[in-house]
Formats: sequence, C-alpha cells, structure tokens
Amino acid sequence: MTTATTPAAPAASKRRGGDGAGSWALLLLPALLIVAIMFVLPVGIMAWRSISDPELGLGNYAWFFGNETAVRALARTFWVGLIVTVVCLALAYPYAYLMTIAGPKATMALTLLALLPFWTSLMVRTFAWVVLLQDTGVVNSLLGYLGLGPFSIIRTTTGVVIGMAQILLPFMVLPLYAVMSGIDRRLLLAAESLGARPTVAFMKIFVPLSLPGVAAGSLTVFITALGFYVTPALLGSPDRALISQQIFTQVSGLLEWGKGGAMGLILLIFTLLILGVGGAIIRISQAKRSG
Amino acid sequence: MKKSRILLWLYAGLVALWLIAPTLIVIPLSFTNRPSLIFPPPGWSTEWYANFFASAQWTSALWNSIKVGALVAVVATTAATMAALALTRATFRGQPIVYGAMLAPMIVPPVIIAIGIYAIFLNQGLTGTLVGFVAAHSVVALPFALIPILASLRGFDKRLEAAAQICGATRFAAFRQVTLPLIMPGVASGALFAFVTSFDEVVISLFIQSPYLQTLPVQMYASVTRDTDPTIAAAATLILILTTLLVGVATYTIARRNRVIN
Repeated sequence: MTTATTPAAPAASKRRGGDGAGSWALLLLPALLIVAIMFVLPVGIMAWRSISDPELGLGNYAWFFGNETAVRALARTFWVGLIVTVVCLALAYPYAYLMTIAGPKATMALTLLALLPFWTSLMVRTFAWVVLLQDTGVVNSLLGYLGLGPFSIIRTTTGVVIGMAQILLPFMVLPLYAVMSGIDRRLLLAAESLGARPTVAFMKIFVPLSLPGVAAGSLTVFITALGFYVTPALLGSPDRALISQQIFTQVSGLLEWGKGGAMGLILLIFTLLILGVGGAIIRISQAKRSG
Repeated sequence: MKKSRILLWLYAGLVALWLIAPTLIVIPLSFTNRPSLIFPPPGWSTEWYANFFASAQWTSALWNSIKVGALVAVVATTAATMAALALTRATFRGQPIVYGAMLAPMIVPPVIIAIGIYAIFLNQGLTGTLVGFVAAHSVVALPFALIPILASLRGFDKRLEAAAQICGATRFAAFRQVTLPLIMPGVASGALFAFVTSFDEVVISLFIQSPYLQTLPVQMYASVTRDTDPTIAAAATLILILTTLLVGVATYTIARRNRVIN
C-alpha cells in the first residue's frame, strides 16, 4: 500500500497550529446534528412524556410496576432473550470452532455462509419463518410425512425463539471466531504431549481461552434480542407479547404516550445497565488475564 | 479424532443449512400458481410477479425504498466520512463520548427511537415525507457507515496526505486526490451498509409512514398481517435478488480495487 516515498514526512505531520480545533469540530458537525436531532432529542422527548403525560409525576411508572401484564411482558422479554442467547451459543460454538480448524477455502465458505444473513432483509426472513411455521406450513407438512404433528408453532414463544435465534446467529459466530482464531493451538498440543486426553485439553485450555468471545457474542445477542419488534410481532402470540410490542401498542394504537414512554425508558435503562455490567465484566476479566 | 471431525462438519453443515435454507423457501413460493402459500407449490406461474409490477402500491413502495436508501447512503456516508476524519486525526476532550453517541443508535432498541421520532414528526408534519424518512433512517445507518470508514482510515498512512500537501496540494485537494481514493473500499462498504440498513428498516418506518409514502418493508409487514397473497413472496424474492446483486457487485469491485492498489 505504501509505495510512494514520503521524504519530508516528519516535518509535515506536525499539526499546523491554529487551524486545528475549529475545522475538526466542523467535520464532526453533520454527524452530530443527525445524532442530536434524530436520536438524543427523540429519546429526550420520550423520557419527558413519560413523566408529563397526562400529568407531571411518576404516575406512568407506578402504573407500569402495578400492572401485571406490563411487568410480565418485561420479564418475558428477558426470558426470550436468554433462551435465544443460549440457543445461539449452542449452535455457534462448534460452528466457529470448525472455522478455526478448517482449511482456508472451507473457512472462507463458512464465513460467507455466516455473513450472508446479514445482507438478507429481516422482513424477508421473518416472512419466510411465517410461511414455514404456520399450522399448514412446511415444517408441519414435513412432520406430517413422519406421522407427527401438526404442532402449533406460530403464535407461540417457541416460534419467536426459532425465528430470532436464526436472525441473531451471525452476531454470535463472528465474535466467537475472532477470539478462537487468536488462540495459540500449540497450547493444546503441549497439554496433550503432557498426557492430557484431547477432550480434557480442549475443555481445560481451549474453552477457558474462548470465554471472552462467548461473553462478547452473548452480550450482543442478548441486547439486540431485547429490542426485537417485527419477529415477535409476526411469529408470536399477541397475548404473550414482548415489551417492544406493548410499547408499540401503547403509542400507535392507544395514543398513551406517557405509558409508552415510561415502558420505553424502562427498557432503555435495563438495556444500558446490562450493557454496562456485561462490558465491565468482560473488561475486568480481560485485565486479569493480561495482568 | 477423525470421527469427531466428521461429526463437527455434520453439525456445522446443519447450522449453515438452518442459516440459509429457510429464507430461500420464498423463491419457489413466489412462482406458485395458487393464491395461497402452500409448499411445495402444486404448479408454476409468474402471475405474482405480474401482480407485483401491476400494483401501484407495491411498485411505489419499491421505488420509495430505493430512493430513501440511496439518499440515506449519501447523507450517512458523507457525515460518517467527515466524522471519521475528525475522530482519527484530532484528539479532543470528550472524544469517546462523541464516538459513543454516534454508535448508540445501533444499540438502543429501535422502538424507543421510533416513538420519539414519531412524536417530533407528528408535531412538524413530517410523517410520510421523503425528508422525514431520509433523516430518520440516516441516524440508524450512521454507525454502520462509520465503522468500516473508521477502520480504513486507521489503516491509512497519514504521511501520504502530508506528502501531497508538501507538494503544494491544499488540504481538501490532498484529501480528495490521495486519501479518499485509498480509503474508498471502506467508504464504499460504509455506503453499502447504510443503503442496506435503510432498505431493511421496519420499526421506525411503521411509525412515520403514511398512505402517501410507504417503503417496501412497511408494505410487506402490512401484507403479512393482512392477507396471504403470494405477491409478497414475489416481493421478498425481488428484495433477495436486489441485495444479493448489490453486495456481490460491491464485494467484487472492492476486492478488485484492493488488488489494483496493492
């Protein structure tokens, strides 16, 4: 890449005094404006409405924590997020491991297959699951050939988990692969040459070293799952709604801006808390490892 | 050891199948000759494609999505490139906060951003407008554009730009003729990510749509909940083809450019 010679580079790379701060701020301006007007302001308005609509006070929050349906929806959101994370981990771990030991061409193919869904529309994939899982759908007809079913999968939490886990799987595979490919495989050979059976060497050396990837992937999948709307709305049952669906109904259907805002803020706070705590745990354990 | 390797491949093969196969089901479904989504289709026809292109609702939704996506790609990529320059070249107080704020729309649940934007748009009469869609989509596309551009700028040798300036180029000319061509792969992937993010956005769009302006995902969402007409399968197949082509061409060009530069 660096074919050009750069004779007097050191002298030039010294920043020319005055024009620094101002022009950099100017470069940041468009992006900051977009974020301020389309992100900070909307979230602020939502927070304000949660304490001011219909009247000033914490009434909407009292309503939320006194309302069994709302609290249940929040709990269900966490539960679904947790199951989706576990399913993704179980599917992604062996997959990512294979990516590190397969030949370069096979690794390329596996990476491509894992990345492909990133480019595929969420709406298209959810629609495909609706077709597959409906009562007269592909999955039930296949089960019918085997003399099983029909099962009602759509409009159940199982259906939601199946759809969400498939959509979120790449977010688990990629951080796992990133960490696993950095593990020195000679450590495993060393353990085996010292008498450890391959499974023992794998469990005692490889698995612990891969934990940062597990943590990063799980955190990403869980956090993203908390905010899902379309997939649970189309694959789940309305009376087992997740929190995003309830927020949607409150604002769009019932015009209850205050209640919707309060639910939104509660979801946001939980999301940030989990992200903060999870991030801190990852950072501390990494510091311990390297220190 | 051998046997475990085979098992591992089998498992990964099933996972890969699970990743890819369910989505592909929409392709044969779109060619069915029945007005329902039965699989396998009892016979074949292209009537749902004819239906798609004859319907003003579907075609205008497709056109709107392309228009919004293209504008978002321009807006988000320009803003992201400028911001990435500032973030890599300058050190200023609050830099992590600025960076964090720009990435935040990626983490915060979309429904939260959606209701806030909806409140503003109702107030300002921006629901169902092109400007509204582009502005709202730009904020969610920004982090996806910023990340690849930042990565390519971090790998860029700043001395090349300095050399150009010593040879008499203005700052802007040096950026335009030296830096930009070299970071182009990053900028191009940023633009592509921005387009796809906008093209795929549903939740915010569901709030800010109006009968006058709907995007393709909004129209699909309405169609899934309303009817089981296979036109939606034709629409889904068209989206698959469009994004696959776009990503394929982009990957190919970026890879070729990289080879030329190296």
